[in-house]
Amino acid sequence: MDLTERIHAIVGEQLGVEKETLVPEANLLDDLGADSLDVVELVMAIEEEFGIEVPDSDAENIRTLGDITSYVEARVESAA
Amino acid sequence: MSVLIRGTGSAIPDRVLSNADLERLVDTNDEWIVTRTGIRERRMLAPEEATSDIVTRAAQRALEQAKLTPEDLDLIIVATCTPDTFTPATANHVHRNLCHGLAIPAFDVNAACSGFLYGLEVATSMLKSAGYRRVLLAGGEGLTRFMDYQERTVCILFGDAAGAVVLERSDEPGGVLATTLKSDGQYSDLIQIPGGAARRPASPYVLSQREVFVRMKGAQVFKVAVQSMEQVARDTLAKVGWKIDDVDWVIAHQANKRILQVVADRLEVPPEKMPTNLEVRGNTSAASIPLLLDECNRAGRFKRGDKLLLVAFGGGLTWGAAAVEWTQSV
Repeated sequence: MDLTERIHAIVGEQLGVEKETLVPEANLLDDLGADSLDVVELVMAIEEEFGIEVPDSDAENIRTLGDITSYVEARVESAA
Repeated sequence: MSVLIRGTGSAIPDRVLSNADLERLVDTNDEWIVTRTGIRERRMLAPEEATSDIVTRAAQRALEQAKLTPEDLDLIIVATCTPDTFTPATANHVHRNLCHGLAIPAFDVNAACSGFLYGLEVATSMLKSAGYRRVLLAGGEGLTRFMDYQERTVCILFGDAAGAVVLERSDEPGGVLATTLKSDGQYSDLIQIPGGAARRPASPYVLSQREVFVRMKGAQVFKVAVQSMEQVARDTLAKVGWKIDDVDWVIAHQANKRILQVVADRLEVPPEKMPTNLEVRGNTSAASIPLLLDECNRAGRFKRGDKLLLVAFGGGLTWGAAAVEWTQSV
């Protein structure tokens, strides 16, 4: 699985949404039906999957699925 | 030397505040509250009641179960963050109700939702090293008195209740085997009542800003809560040499269904080992653990020798855990 697929799998499981809705522009709150606690749980699952720590100040800027992917890509690359 | 739980008791106000009742006060609905919190109803003090009234009833029930009277006590500790009055302490009001003519010490401990576990470590230490023989330790809250019924994310969570235990110094094995307490003041603004005290005394302005009510940043609390509860639970298990599979019951502070689920997942505790009363009691802060202990105890769920892990988290931020081997048979 590539990074995007891994993220989609986590988001799909955490939010209980269908694969088809997982497009980069999907807004976590408005389009995927997440609430503030869902977002926290999602961030924690991402942290665990990729072995990174996401500070609250970064998490606040994550609004869409695409934001997660580009954030994780940047963090994983900078660590590599 | 050991410290045993000789009796448990609890008390809740008669008045029920259901999700339907809240729908009439704030913009919310039953389905929204149940999905996000797991709470359907909570109890609310009657206008003429205060925290010490329900703590007194819980204490009387704990004494009755232990077949003891107030004359057998030599200390009263009440964990609360919603006292009757700043001074005297709620424990002094309880003393007035129970201990007329007995000059035993009585004081409050405030560590918000972790208060009962903080009180448990204080009480255990005093029993083991300061010559006390029997302590009444209670957790009691009148949280509905500090709810802003215009702020829909917080007022749906909290309820009023009291729970109490009678602790006794003994030479028998078991009882309170270990406690672990933690705090981190950098998160002090995540759960707070900002006004009405020395920093921002009650004034028409402070009241108009609704600063005398509980404010909580729930999403930020969530992450710290689950991580620290998991860690403090593991630290406490290590102190007594238990594995999580050895534990018969995890009695966790009833904060929110989703926090409890994540903590259970991370500790790998099956749901049947983690009793809950959140659905009908809401979050009762320092009362939540002794209330749940008493409800389970009176339902006959605990057997002699059962291993209990108590774990809590709350404003401060504070958190803690305790390992208890059950020695009582009701």
